Amino acid sequence: MLNEIETVEAPAQTPIIAKAARPVPPASAAKTKRSASSNMSDENRWVDCMARIKTSQDREAFAELFAHFGPRVKAFLMKSGSNISMAEECAQDVMVTLWRKAHMFDPARASVSTWIFTIARNRRIDLLRKERRPEPDELTWGPEAEPEPSEVIGLQQESEQLVAAIAELPEKQRELIQKAYFGDLTHSEIAAETGLPLGTIKSRIRVALERLRHAMK
Amino acid sequence: MTSDMSQIKHHLSDELLMGYAAGTLPEAFNLVVATHISICDECRARLGAYEAVGGAVLEDVGTTDMSSTLSDVFDIIDAGGTEFRAEPAAPKSDIFPDALRDYIGGDLDSVKWRSVGMGVKQAILPTSRSASARLLYIPGGAQMPDHGHRGTELTLVLQGAFKDEDDRFARGDIEIATEADHHTPVAEEGEPCICLAATDAPLKFDGMIARIAQKFARI
Repeated sequence: MLNEIETVEAPAQTPIIAKAARPVPPASAAKTKRSASSNMSDENRWVDCMARIKTSQDREAFAELFAHFGPRVKAFLMKSGSNISMAEECAQDVMVTLWRKAHMFDPARASVSTWIFTIARNRRIDLLRKERRPEPDELTWGPEAEPEPSEVIGLQQESEQLVAAIAELPEKQRELIQKAYFGDLTHSEIAAETGLPLGTIKSRIRVALERLRHAMK
Repeated sequence: MTSDMSQIKHHLSDELLMGYAAGTLPEAFNLVVATHISICDECRARLGAYEAVGGAVLEDVGTTDMSSTLSDVFDIIDAGGTEFRAEPAAPKSDIFPDALRDYIGGDLDSVKWRSVGMGVKQAILPTSRSASARLLYIPGGAQMPDHGHRGTELTLVLQGAFKDEDDRFARGDIEIATEADHHTPVAEEGEPCICLAATDAPLKFDGMIARIAQKFARI
């Protein structure tokens, strides 16, 4: 079904399809590059903020997340086709949802930015397309089970490396990935072979799911 | 719903997973993807990787100042209820994950089947018009009418199994067919085969009767 990337206006020398994945620089090597560097060590801090909201409804922790993610969600929604007032309202909704659904966040399966991205994406579909968004049945840790700390750390590190790997991509390729996630490409224009190293993060999520399934039995 | 992972052999494509993660699939395709992921942890993990790309894009997007303040947001939060509780997973006994049950309005006995001939039944599900979704009921041993495709057709098996020229598809397996495919799936002998199918173009039947059926039944 999905066409090759040639259907997108991609110059031939920077195809988003890179069958041979590029070697991934270690996260530390990318520290000198672009804005990603300033976020590198932050993932664990955001995870800690989420835990504080979940366990003690900590408003200072929420203030930190609001200051960092609110303006990013608004920028993301504006690049995704929202006008400024809709983006503002929607970013507000996303932050309220973050507070209310803090117990749903699973740091063994997603970074805080990833989780917030999925909330923002769903609100965009609600508002711009006025469609329902069917979601997979939820899997959550019960009160008696929590993810392994080592798995949380591993997943968060992997998320940081993904930010770094995207920052390292050639400009044209990075733009294509952004366009796909802003909803500027239709599903038939999206090429899934991004050249990004996604195997490791997938494996880490897989391990967390296995442990979760075991805990649910 | 428990994972049927160990038996699933035919999974979602990277294109579908990335489109679902990015939020660009038509609603009917979202329904098939969400239903498959509800019973397939392998694809749930792969989706997590594509959503992580979205998280990285969000980090990299820049910032636009919000006009509302922190206290505006706390006013909204304080005006509504909070839900700080983990909901226990309810035991599921039916063949439909919740994602699909929401569209049907209940279990298998709530499906409003309509006959399309030769024992085959279908029920159209309410989605936006950019693509359509339906449940199909094919008696064991029955052959689906021969048809070609325009666009993309997704078929997810929920009960029973079917075979086409190349492969066998059982619960959780998804067949992704494109315009080039021209196939004649047959349900396996035994229990009826129940599938969730979505297409972004109407199916094109070869026979006259099927064409009439197509006109009236929207297949």
